[in-house]
Amino acid sequence: MPVEIPKDTWTGAVREVTIGATAAEGGTRATTVTIGGATTMPFMHFEGSIPHRPLIAVEIVNHRPDDWSHLLLDAWGDAANDPAAWAKAAEQAGADLIQLSLNQTGADGNPITPESAVAATKAVLEASGLPLMVFAPGQAELDNELLVPIAEATKGERIVLGIAEDKNYRTIVAAALANDHLVSARTAMDVNLAKQLNILIGDMGLPLDRVVMDPTTGALGYGIEYGYSVMERLRLAALQGDAMTQLPMLVTAGYETWKTKEAKVGEGVPQEWGDWTARAINWEVVTAVALLESGADIVVLRHPESIARVRAAIDELMAVPAAG
Amino acid sequence: MALTGIQIYKLLPQTNCKDCGFPTCLAFAMKLAAKQVELSSCPHVSEEAQAQLAESAAPPIRLVTLKANGHEVKAGNETVMFRHEKTFYHKTGLFVRVRDDEGPDAIKARVAPADAYAVNYVGMDLTLDGFAIESTSNDPAQFEAAIAAVRSASQRPIILISRDPAVMAAGLKALDGESPLIYGADAANWEAMAALAGQHSAPLAVIGATLDDLADLTQKIQGAGVEDMVLHPVATTLGASLALNTQIRRLALKKNFRPLGYPLIAFAGNDPVGETIAATQAIAKYAGFVVLDHFAPETVYSLLVLRENIYTDPQKPIQVQPGVYEINNPKPEDPVMVTTNFSITYFSVANEIEGAGLPGWLLVTDAEGMSVLTAWAAGKFDAERIAKAVKQFSIADKVSKKRIVLPGHVAVLSGELEEELPDWEVRVGPREAVDLPAFMKQAL
Repeated sequence: MPVEIPKDTWTGAVREVTIGATAAEGGTRATTVTIGGATTMPFMHFEGSIPHRPLIAVEIVNHRPDDWSHLLLDAWGDAANDPAAWAKAAEQAGADLIQLSLNQTGADGNPITPESAVAATKAVLEASGLPLMVFAPGQAELDNELLVPIAEATKGERIVLGIAEDKNYRTIVAAALANDHLVSARTAMDVNLAKQLNILIGDMGLPLDRVVMDPTTGALGYGIEYGYSVMERLRLAALQGDAMTQLPMLVTAGYETWKTKEAKVGEGVPQEWGDWTARAINWEVVTAVALLESGADIVVLRHPESIARVRAAIDELMAVPAAG
Repeated sequence: MALTGIQIYKLLPQTNCKDCGFPTCLAFAMKLAAKQVELSSCPHVSEEAQAQLAESAAPPIRLVTLKANGHEVKAGNETVMFRHEKTFYHKTGLFVRVRDDEGPDAIKARVAPADAYAVNYVGMDLTLDGFAIESTSNDPAQFEAAIAAVRSASQRPIILISRDPAVMAAGLKALDGESPLIYGADAANWEAMAALAGQHSAPLAVIGATLDDLADLTQKIQGAGVEDMVLHPVATTLGASLALNTQIRRLALKKNFRPLGYPLIAFAGNDPVGETIAATQAIAKYAGFVVLDHFAPETVYSLLVLRENIYTDPQKPIQVQPGVYEINNPKPEDPVMVTTNFSITYFSVANEIEGAGLPGWLLVTDAEGMSVLTAWAAGKFDAERIAKAVKQFSIADKVSKKRIVLPGHVAVLSGELEEELPDWEVRVGPREAVDLPAFMKQAL
């Protein structure tokens, strides 16, 4: 019997956001990436348009991080000693874009300086032609000290500057506004907080097609269901026409995963947890795939094997089935 | 079309006899309207009313139960597309497949550890639900031998896989008295399979690549008297599978489309990497049963936890048991820190301390499952409650130094807590868990 395919009708769409700028556009990137634009829920190709695939950002650090699991450091090898080499390795591993995280301390153990942060950013820009996101350590005063000179030194590159939060967004947004960059707006797993921050950022005059929102998630087993449902609710609201939720979403699946005991700890854990490396990668992949299903436009990952697996999953999810 | 609770109530006996298990006919009617119970729970309803209510009363996705030896796995009776709209009710059943050409010894060796597997997650023991046994030999005797091998190692529910009715008949006979899932019926064999399902009162999986094919088959099979069915929408990619599962769920829930109002089964595939990803999607997006080809603890653990997370009721925060948690084998001189029993709060704090390798005593107070600030605002995390927990769990007997660290967000409680606990030193810690290790190293 012929069954009519049930299609939901949506009035809204996610904004398109382009990250990076080529030489012709005032930057130096070899390519740019565009996310958003969807007029339906994730991967519902049969009822709407999904013009851009979700992207994988790979997180690198301005110097070899001493708080990362050795599983990650072993996987990246010597590349992790140097942000430029790491960026190249990330590109080879299949990154669509790079997230450079700035550590609070420099390689010499002293606090990071604006000069060294700018130098690391420039080194990454020179080493890889991929679009870039730069995330400061997450401490208001320090973040501003680092991000303003970075924004100025890379004017026109359309970098995503992070992290704009309710307590600290003005300086970062102003720096993005003045230097043709974007911002990542992070709020704590709450639809209304996310909307509110987007409104505040919009009120400063930054066009919303230069904002990605990070609604925050927990890793698998550590609150993923909150992030998952907040993302579904934000995306549903966006499609129903709520302008302040119509931003593409970024989630730091790698960061959250590699905080968990399941990923971090190899000894003295229950036998039922199985092989450590395989478990850690599973944890990152399951977290990332579940969040893609709930609406992520950028997933930030850490392990090279996770990148390959999540990329394969995105390929399958974006393969538009033949009509019929 | 669907009736409202009041409309249904008018058709019920209105005697409030409680035989249905609900206190009043109105309460039962409301449950019927919400499609959470079946009309058959009321023994007194008239035949006339029954006919009127039948259409309205059945849940839009039929509840199907696999049974064996006291174990049950249920799927169906779901009411929403997104978990935040209410909740997902019946956790996806996870099954591991064996094939009869592996031979009885190999089968037993694979089934035994999977059957015994139980992993603790926030105080719950999570396990697999059963096994799928496939006849690849197409030989009834070999199928029976494989079933016997599985049954020698596990008493959990079974999914029998063969398209050949003669082989399936042998399998069902070997599992007499159980309700295994028969997999399955296709356009070629549905009549014989439906007859077997009827004889053994076992649910029948229906296989089809399109909604049209599936709906055709379920109607024919229902015409043959079989009510309990499970759908397998066959798809070759994650995207196609997601689309089919979503369409079927929508048709059932939003259109009350009976021919597709059944739970779904998914086969996660045969390579271990792709299998994890396919199972992730299937758990999140509507499968009632998932069949895995491999049993590896590191994979099964992640999938069981995902299932737990997705099927958690969003209206009820997950709580941990209040009490004293020992982190990194603390000694009497190590610090005492206090937090609430909201699971995410507990995990954030415990993880930071544990990850930093610092020993400590974590006192988890009963804040009714709320986070620190929320609980404080609601009056569920105050000096009185903290002092009560200190006494109730006799933390003073475990430590040599009576010093307690409050979360920075509730620094305002320190004065009151000093009054409640006069012989304790009260310290204010950082606001965020992530800053706790540094605080412990520097300030304690």
